[in-house]
Amino acid sequence: MPDLPKKKVGLISCSGEELPEGTVTRRAVRKVLETLRPDETVTLCLPLFLAGGEGERAFARYYPTIAVDGCDKRCAARATEKYSAPPVASIVVTEVAKGCPKEAIGTARRLNARGLALAEETAAKIADEVDRQLKAPRRGRTEAGRKR
Amino acid sequence: MSAERKRVPVAACSGIGKSLGAAAREAAFLLTEDLRPEQARVVALGLLVMGDEEAGREVAGREAVAIDGCRLECAAKGLASAGAAKVRKIAVFDVVRRHRGLKPDGVCDLNEDGLKLARATAEEAAKAIDEIDPEGRHA
Repeated sequence: MPDLPKKKVGLISCSGEELPEGTVTRRAVRKVLETLRPDETVTLCLPLFLAGGEGERAFARYYPTIAVDGCDKRCAARATEKYSAPPVASIVVTEVAKGCPKEAIGTARRLNARGLALAEETAAKIADEVDRQLKAPRRGRTEAGRKR
Repeated sequence: MSAERKRVPVAACSGIGKSLGAAAREAAFLLTEDLRPEQARVVALGLLVMGDEEAGREVAGREAVAIDGCRLECAAKGLASAGAAKVRKIAVFDVVRRHRGLKPDGVCDLNEDGLKLARATAEEAAKAIDEIDPEGRHA
């Protein structure tokens, strides 16, 4: 097993450049990484799975990962599973938004106030999931990764 | 530009970890929304990574522009894997060398230098678009 940091959860956002929800995913993930759970999380770069990022693939194989997607195509979750191991949790922004007022959230380039609020809400859900994963027994995840 | 005319596909680094990647992403938006909106359009890199059919159709057999933040060139590789006939590479790490005074910082919110770097990168990408589609600006 590679020599990787202990007790970290990997966060993978779709970053989708075509939809504002994709921008929500990256802002939410950065919020968790920088502010909410800086010592417990790392970000993994989705395109690096394809580009041959062995560090990315190895981390996701042995450590819990949370995929954060903007839409139901769920590129981040599917890429993680395809190139490494299934994420332990999958959060989809359009699902998070279902519980919110139906308002425009801005553009992929610039979120409006509603979009920024949705990013905050998504970040809170990610942080909750991080906490849940860190409390979970680690052995199962490691074995699941090794089976691949 | 006629409705049938296809815009040049542009893929950019997702830039989740570094400022140069974030500048690449911002440059793609500057290019396709401000500088060459009639000639270029963004294709989501995540869709290319996953082999999305619709995104693949936009790219396959066509010249495309990749804007990458680091030497791993994920955007260029994503376009190539989707079957682009030729990929014009714009590297933010090269652009920043030509603008040595700039100190980009931030990811979700680039600082002023990061936005300047994105603008310089987008202008280089616009030249690549004009080479691919020389009649596009007058269409």
